[in-house]
Amino acid sequence: MTTTTRPGAGPDAAEVRARSGAAGMRLGHRLFVAREVGIGLALVLLVGVTTAVNPRFLSGQGRQDLMLGATILVVLAVGQAIVIITRNVDLSVGSILGLAAFATGKLFLAMPDAPIVLAVLVGTGLGVLCGVVNGALIAVARVPALVVTLGTLYVFRGIDYSWAAGQQINAADMPSGFKSMGTADLLGIPLLALFAVAVLLVAGFYLKSYRSGRELYAIGSDPAAARLHGIPVGWRVFGALVVSGGLAGLAGVLYAARYGTLDAAAGTGIELNVVAAVVVGGVAIFGGSGSVYGAALGAVLLSTIGSALPVLKVNPFWQQAVVGALILAAIGLDRALAARVANRLRGRKARGA
Amino acid sequence: MAPDRTTGRSARWVSTFGTWDVLVIVVLALVVVGSSVLVEGFATARFWGFLLLDIVPIALIALPMTLIVITGEIDLSVASTLGLASAVLGQLWVSGLPLVLAVPLVVLLGALLGAVNGLFVAGFGLPSLAVTIGTLALYRGLAYVVLGDRAVADFPIGWTGNSIEALPGTTVPWVVLPLAVLAIGFGVLLHATPVGRGLYAMGNNDQAATFSGIAVARTKFWLYVVTGAIAALAGVFWTMRYASARADNGAGLELSVVAAVLLGGVSIFGGRGTLVGVLAGVLLLMTLRNALQLADVPADTLTVVTGTLLIVSVVGPNAAGMLRARMRRRRPAAPPVAGAEGA
Repeated sequence: MTTTTRPGAGPDAAEVRARSGAAGMRLGHRLFVAREVGIGLALVLLVGVTTAVNPRFLSGQGRQDLMLGATILVVLAVGQAIVIITRNVDLSVGSILGLAAFATGKLFLAMPDAPIVLAVLVGTGLGVLCGVVNGALIAVARVPALVVTLGTLYVFRGIDYSWAAGQQINAADMPSGFKSMGTADLLGIPLLALFAVAVLLVAGFYLKSYRSGRELYAIGSDPAAARLHGIPVGWRVFGALVVSGGLAGLAGVLYAARYGTLDAAAGTGIELNVVAAVVVGGVAIFGGSGSVYGAALGAVLLSTIGSALPVLKVNPFWQQAVVGALILAAIGLDRALAARVANRLRGRKARGA
Repeated sequence: MAPDRTTGRSARWVSTFGTWDVLVIVVLALVVVGSSVLVEGFATARFWGFLLLDIVPIALIALPMTLIVITGEIDLSVASTLGLASAVLGQLWVSGLPLVLAVPLVVLLGALLGAVNGLFVAGFGLPSLAVTIGTLALYRGLAYVVLGDRAVADFPIGWTGNSIEALPGTTVPWVVLPLAVLAIGFGVLLHATPVGRGLYAMGNNDQAATFSGIAVARTKFWLYVVTGAIAALAGVFWTMRYASARADNGAGLELSVVAAVLLGGVSIFGGRGTLVGVLAGVLLLMTLRNALQLADVPADTLTVVTGTLLIVSVVGPNAAGMLRARMRRRRPAAPPVAGAEGA
C-alpha cells in the first residue's frame, strides 16, 4: 500500500508482519521524534525571520532574554507533561508558583542572609506539599484531576492572597546574592536556564529509562489495563502530581530570582500557557504518549513567539490568539497523524493476510 | 479519564444525586439563615438586588454548560466568548452601529464561536478539554486584538440603566425574568424530552448512544452553538451592567461556572446531574461569596471558599459512594472489584 522507508524494517518482511505491534510502536515513536523536529524547525524559522527583521533579536542581551523568558515555562511544562502523560492534568501550577515565589520573598525578608539553597528547598518543599494535597485527593479520594486542581487553583491562590494581605515585596528588599542568581550566566547561558535544562534532562531520562517512568505511559494509555497489569496506578499518579507540584514550587523560586518584585498575583493564569506548551509539544491530552523534550520545546516556542511578535511589528495583543490557534493546530495535527498511523498499520495487516 | 460508575450501581446513583440536590438546597438555606443572623446588611432587599445581578451571567452560562457536562464534554471558552462579544459590541458601537443592530450581531457571533468549538469537538472528534482551552486563549486573544486595552464606556444610558432596572415595586432586577424563562426551557429540554434523555445516554456511553440511534455528533455540535450564543448574550448583559466594553470582561468566569455546575451535582464524567441542582449550586456559590464579602472578608481570599466548595462537592459523594460500596462488599462473599472507578 504505502512505501515505507523505515530504516529498521530490514528485508525480512515476514518477521516485520509478525511483529507489526512493535513496528507500530516504532512508527509511532518516529512520528513523535518528527513532532519534536517539526517544532524545532518552527522555532528556528521564527528566530531566523525575526533576526532578519531585527538583528538585535539574537544579540547577547537578546539571547539572554529569550532563554530567561523560556526558563520558568519550561520547568512548569516538564512537570505538566509528566502529569498529562498519566491522563491527568494539574491546573494549580500557577497558584503553586505564586505561593512559592511569595514564600521565597518572605524568607529573605525574615532572614536576609539565608543561603540560596535554603530558598530553593523551601520553595520546592512548599510545592511538594501542594502536590501531596492534589495527589492525595486524586489518588485516594478518586476525584478527577481536572476538578481537584481546578479547586486547588482557587485554594492555593486564596491562601497566597490572605498571607500576602496586599503586601508587595520589592526587589530592593531581596539580598543581592539571590537577585544576582537571576542575572548570572555560565558561558553565556543564564544560570536559571541551566536549572531548567537540568530538570528537563533528569525528567527525560527517568521517563525513558526507569520502569516506573515507563509505567506512567502505561497508565495514560489505559488506566484499567495498567491496574490489571499490577501497576500501582494510585501511587504513580500521586507521584506525578507531587513532582509537578515540586517543579511548580521550584519555578516559583526562579520567578522570585528573576523578577524580585513579588505580590500574591505572581503567575496568575500561567497554567493555560503551560498546558498549551505541553499540547503543542506533542503530549496527547488524554495521556500515554509524548515526551518532556517535546513539551519543553513547546514552551520555548510559545515564549519565543511572545518575544518575537513586537520585534516583527505585530500588535502584541495577537500573542494570546496565536497561542490559541497553535493549540488547535497541534491537536488537529495529532489527530491527522494518528489517523495516518492507524491507516498504515491496517495496510500492513491487510498485506499480511 | 476513567469512566464513572458501572451500570449495576446506577439505581443507587439516581437516589444519590436526588439527595445531593436536596443537600445543596439545605446548605443554601443554612447559609441564608446564618448570614441573615450574623452578617449585617445581608437580609436587605438592596443586597439581594445586587446579588441577583451578580448571579445572572453565571446562571445564564451555567444552563447550557450543565447540558454539555452531562454529555461528558466541557466548554472552557465561555468566558472568552463573553469577553470577545463585549469587545466586538464596543467596537461596533464606536463605529456607529446602533445597538439594536449590534446586539443581535454579537449574539450571532457567539453562536459562530460556539460552532467552531462544535466543529472541532463533534466534527473532528477532538477532546473538548483541549479544544476549548485552545479557544479560551484564541477568543480572549481576539478580544484584545479588537479592543486592545481600551474601554468603550459611552453607551447610551437608556441601555446601561435599563439593564440593571428592577421590577416595579421591588429590588429584583427584571433580567431575572428572562433568565427564569430560559432556565425553565432548559429544564424541560433536559428532563422531559427525548433530547434530554439522549444527553444522559451520551454521557454514560457515547457508543451505546450512537447505536441506539441518537445523533451524538449533531446534538453536541448544536449544544456548543447554543452555549456560544448564550455566552455572548451574557457578554451583552455584562457590558451594559458595568457600562464598559473591555477585552478582559469576565476573565476567569469559566472557572466559577464549572465550579457551580459541579457543585450542583453534575458528574464531570457526564451522565449524571440535574438542572435544579445546578441552579442551587450557582445560588449557594454566589450567596456565600457575597455574604462573606459583605462580612469584610477580602475578595481575593474568597477564592479559597470557591475552591474548597468545589473539592468538597466532588469528594463528598465519592467518599460516600466508596464507603457504601465497601460496606456492601463486606456482606456477601466479596467479588474482586477493581475499585470504585474500575473500567
